[in-house]
Amino acid sequence: MGILEVQGINKRFGGLQALGDVNLDVQEGSCHAIIGPNGAGKSTLLNVLVGKLKPDTGTVKFEDKNVLGLKPHQINQLGISRVFQTPEIFGDLTVMENMLIPCFARRDGSYSLKAFIGIPSEKALNAEAEEMLDEVSMLEKRDMQASSLSRGDKRRLEMAMCLVQQPRLLLLDEPTAGMARADTNNTIELLKEIKEKRNITMAIIEHDMHVVFSLADRITVLAQGTPLVEDVPENIKGHPKVREAYLGEAQV
Amino acid sequence: MLGLTAKDARLYLIVLVMLIFAPFFLNPFPEGSGLAQFNAGYPDMMQRLVIFGLFAVGFNILFGLTGYLSFGHAAFLGAGSYAGVWMFKLLTMNVIPALIVSTIVAGLFSLLIGFISLRRSGIYFSILTLAFAQMCYSLAYSVLTPITGGETGLQLALDDPRVLGVTQTAEGNIPVPHLFGLPMNASTSLDIGAWSFTFSVGYYFAAVVFALAFYFTIRLFRSPFGLVLRAVKSNQGRLSYTGLNARPYTLAAFVISGMFAGLAGGLMVSMDPLAGAERMLWTASGEVVLMTILGGVGTLIGPILGAGAITYLEAIISTINSTVLHRWFDIFPEWLENLLVNIVYPFVGSGWHLTLGLVFMIVVIFLPGGIVEGGRKIYGLFSRKREEPGSMPPNAAAQPGPGE
Repeated sequence: MGILEVQGINKRFGGLQALGDVNLDVQEGSCHAIIGPNGAGKSTLLNVLVGKLKPDTGTVKFEDKNVLGLKPHQINQLGISRVFQTPEIFGDLTVMENMLIPCFARRDGSYSLKAFIGIPSEKALNAEAEEMLDEVSMLEKRDMQASSLSRGDKRRLEMAMCLVQQPRLLLLDEPTAGMARADTNNTIELLKEIKEKRNITMAIIEHDMHVVFSLADRITVLAQGTPLVEDVPENIKGHPKVREAYLGEAQV
Repeated sequence: MLGLTAKDARLYLIVLVMLIFAPFFLNPFPEGSGLAQFNAGYPDMMQRLVIFGLFAVGFNILFGLTGYLSFGHAAFLGAGSYAGVWMFKLLTMNVIPALIVSTIVAGLFSLLIGFISLRRSGIYFSILTLAFAQMCYSLAYSVLTPITGGETGLQLALDDPRVLGVTQTAEGNIPVPHLFGLPMNASTSLDIGAWSFTFSVGYYFAAVVFALAFYFTIRLFRSPFGLVLRAVKSNQGRLSYTGLNARPYTLAAFVISGMFAGLAGGLMVSMDPLAGAERMLWTASGEVVLMTILGGVGTLIGPILGAGAITYLEAIISTINSTVLHRWFDIFPEWLENLLVNIVYPFVGSGWHLTLGLVFMIVVIFLPGGIVEGGRKIYGLFSRKREEPGSMPPNAAAQPGPGE
């Protein structure tokens, strides 16, 4: 029994079959990578999982609860957090304020009218947010405006915002896209640490094979909207079907 | 102090001092001098300053924090005005019930309009609110005449069935709004040398209401609720993937700002118990948008400064006529005097909107953060001291223009 079970997902955009009968089973505590050439439907699948897109057919179950048809904020409240390809943070707010919002969301649910209490008086949440910032070594930047951070810091802030919610499933959409080698390696280290320390299940979409093989416990290869194979990394490396799908794309 | 940080408490104290001593420093020129027409320390003017300040502060809760630009807030002000006059007509001339009912009616009204309009964002939201406000105006002007008085407006009459109070005074006049017997139009004057200062009950009552509302606004800005509202403006997508539903937050902000507008409307009729449909017109909605942008969107003090500047300029510039201009320029030779009068004339009197337009353009182009940003730049120029972090909401500095 996986923590996330995806069955028979189909999604059409006009004449294009973006997803064709996709099944996915993410085991609790694992890091499941979804790879595939451009246009394979990886991002579409992720958008279905977080409630941004509604598939034509199929079911998505998270911890045995049906999540299809729920709004993004409801899905997040169930314990699924998402990291975006380009870091999505609250650019106008300070780093600390960015951290406080997920803290409030986790404690108070998707809506609460706390219009007459001061933020500093929420001592427990402030401490929690600071602790998490410290963990991603950004505590000294707590009063900076988030939009002025470097890209790597934005990524770390976004990751920290997701982690402070203590999600049970973390979805990562190409977390190292457009990063320099050194930054990529830092991100890999960060993710490994998260996995070991917090035992959060991860589903990761990635282009960079180096990242995938450093992190994943299982890999699903998508091509043209359909899963080709699902196996452990060792078997994926030399798989003929995968080579075929990636021909000319990357050296697997 | 009062649950505010030292910085906010200082700001609040400054505003309180300004409110208390407004009759003095708005009257800096002695009576009878040539500059006396620039005085703004008379009750009617000071009441307008405070009431429009309240309106703009409330508007800023929606526009400044969430970024949702409503073009229909005058409808709530109008609804509040009508509700207030009806309370005077039916219940009592005491202003407290009128203000409460004005606020509640405007709140219900904004709940309905906000619920529908907030299904869209950006320009579509603005258009929806504009459409609703214009509908309200048209209804108030025509179909709803029995409730709103139509073209003539809603006013008190000599046969109002005032349940708690008298229909007419002993002299056979319409009674005036009062606060537990203290009439709103009562005032005393203090003459010091050539200066004359007027202290009116109406102004100080409005100032107290404003002070309470402004305190509430500061608390709201600094609360978790205010933080989420700013997050809505910054990145609504991330907010929903963080497990927060933006809609009820924006609706609450919409209703709160609508209630501020209703309260402002109630105060208007408390000073002068007459409500007209033109208060709901889109130009009135546009004016509060201008006030907020001119002062500084998303800042606490900005809307107050913007409302003050526009209300003051309107009152002062629109009273300047060609006679006044000729008096100003009569030290020049006649041909130059006429030339100068002809150049300046289109910008004053009834053409004061031209001046407002120019001022507004200059502010939006050179100071997108409004008067507050201007003040901060001047402050930075004179004291080379580095600004402390967190002195203003961090989004205060980089505001987009009105077309965002």
